[in-house]
Amino acid sequence: MSSHHESILREPLVTGENITYSKVTEDILVPVENKPNKAWWIGFIVSAMGAGLWIFSVSWTFWFGIGEWGLNKTVGWAWDITGFVWWVGIGHAGTLISAVLLLFRQNWRNSINRSAEAMTIFAVICAASYIISHMGRPWLFHWALPLPNQYGSLWVNFNSPLVWDVFAISTYFSVSLVFWYTGLLPDIATIRDRAIGTRRRVYSILSFGWNGSVKTWQRFELVSLILAGVSTPLVLSVHTIVSMDFATSVIPGWHTTIFPPYFVAGAIFSGFAMVQTLLLVTRKVMNFENYITMFHIESMNKIIILTGSIVGVAYLTELFIAWYSGVEYEQYAFLNRVSGPYAWAYWIMMTCNVISPQLFWFKKIRTSIALSWLLSIVVNIGMWFERFVIIVTSLHRDYLPSSWVMFYPSWVDVGIFIGSIGLFFTLFLLFLRFLPAIAMAEVKLLLKSSSDQAKQKLIADKAVDKGQADYYLESLEKYDSVSPRVGQ
Amino acid sequence: MSNIKYILGHFEDPDDLMHGIGKLQENKVSIYDVYTPMPIHGIEDKLGIKRSRLGKVAFCFGLTGTITAITMITYMLVIDWPMNIGGKPNFAFPDFVPIMFELTVLFSAFGMVGTYFFVNHLAPGRAPRVMDLRATNDRFVIAIDAKDNAEHDKIDNILKEAGAVEVKHNERKYVSYE
Repeated sequence: MSSHHESILREPLVTGENITYSKVTEDILVPVENKPNKAWWIGFIVSAMGAGLWIFSVSWTFWFGIGEWGLNKTVGWAWDITGFVWWVGIGHAGTLISAVLLLFRQNWRNSINRSAEAMTIFAVICAASYIISHMGRPWLFHWALPLPNQYGSLWVNFNSPLVWDVFAISTYFSVSLVFWYTGLLPDIATIRDRAIGTRRRVYSILSFGWNGSVKTWQRFELVSLILAGVSTPLVLSVHTIVSMDFATSVIPGWHTTIFPPYFVAGAIFSGFAMVQTLLLVTRKVMNFENYITMFHIESMNKIIILTGSIVGVAYLTELFIAWYSGVEYEQYAFLNRVSGPYAWAYWIMMTCNVISPQLFWFKKIRTSIALSWLLSIVVNIGMWFERFVIIVTSLHRDYLPSSWVMFYPSWVDVGIFIGSIGLFFTLFLLFLRFLPAIAMAEVKLLLKSSSDQAKQKLIADKAVDKGQADYYLESLEKYDSVSPRVGQ
Repeated sequence: MSNIKYILGHFEDPDDLMHGIGKLQENKVSIYDVYTPMPIHGIEDKLGIKRSRLGKVAFCFGLTGTITAITMITYMLVIDWPMNIGGKPNFAFPDFVPIMFELTVLFSAFGMVGTYFFVNHLAPGRAPRVMDLRATNDRFVIAIDAKDNAEHDKIDNILKEAGAVEVKHNERKYVSYE
């Protein structure tokens, strides 16, 4: 029940004084109910220019074909699949936060799940656009689906991981969208009931007629729980299947059984880094410091250390197994990665992904907003290089030394990549402007149990042990949005 | 006979709301519905609402997805057009598992959410059946059918004693949206 207090030893999930249910609504809806500020406009214009570049480069690819990319007969996959895997990986944190953390009853997810899920959807859109454009003849994309046709019907080959991928990515995208939108309904209803005129009409359509009755909420909670239950294996399966695009091939450097867990860990790693990159800026610009607190930032950093370490172990295991297998082609592939012409990319990957997250063992770094932000970007640079290393260095020196080449991206490759980042941020900024970036109903649930003011009240009422209260007040030091108030 | 259709008791705190429900039940006042800005845990038991069967719905849809996938793949690769792929068996079951799994998840998620929208009458463009505009913001509202419960003054007093900050007598069932 809502009146049950949680242990005073736990850090507060909502800080600030005099937070009431209506203040939660007011605070979170500021960006939705007011004209956007200058920071939003600057961000939006820059991102929209990026999105424009994306449209131009993708249209160029559609018109002239993928010959416009830097690909050659040896390196047939390069920045396209690198970009695809990178974006899909980033898209994993949203569902992880909303599904896995819900199953584990991690209440701190309540204030970050909404924007992380939105990020997931936008990242998967970027990823899917790579898939469509790398097909060469994108107007025939439906050939990847098992549709009746005039050739027999000639069906797709269900033994192929690329076909599994079509099913995995489209299921992941549509289920994430449903999960996100169902969760949005109560919050859209809140906007609707506060708005007037055209805004009310628009949000009324979007709210599906939500009214917050007992049965609506009862079923809503069950639906969320079951969606979390089915999304948890789904999120693991998606990157597993992405990794099988490589792992089921016979290319040295790709043909390894470690790929599924290694890719899943890497995906969570880069996804959390991207959530960190976005939320650290959002909380500042939108004044969400009371809802996205230092505890949230620190918890995400801890997940980044964990998954970063798993990724590090996977890199070392790959090297060991290549040597231990005794297969000379496998050994050469890894020797080439470490010391060949792409060694610079390999060592950037190693530094960014294995060494830099280890800095989060230091509490000072873990709780520094500037450093967390910087490292979150470093992690995503590293994760881009990981995919580049896996894809390009495994291909560029193939079985015939006469066909060994290097890969050089063309301006179209660069344009699509930078453009996809622009597209991602454009969509994210539009989301911040028109929909509540924090799940209001879920934050309201925490108000009586896990907020700073509820805990301060317990201390003031002398309802808790003195030593525990002191421990609690001490732990508040690192927050930027709260100053320890000794129970007056 | 007054024109009052519904009596709404507004509470500011979920615990007061639960207390109010308890008081009304002690006095044998039937509750029409309760509108809240967030889920209230334990309210279903108090109001005697049965456990939702959406879990079973999700399971049935999921099973439909699994069967659809295995049937479709077997028909296409084994019956309709068997092909020799590296001399391997046509019915390569392990290769079919990923898509069977994906369709299970897809069917169960969409089937369950679709059923949820259907039984709760949620659809784009549906007129919101809201009794009070603050019930989606910061008020926890108990709605009592005024026709079924005649002693309005007594109900008002029960609600106020239980901690209601406001008691409203509505002559229309829902807030007009036009």
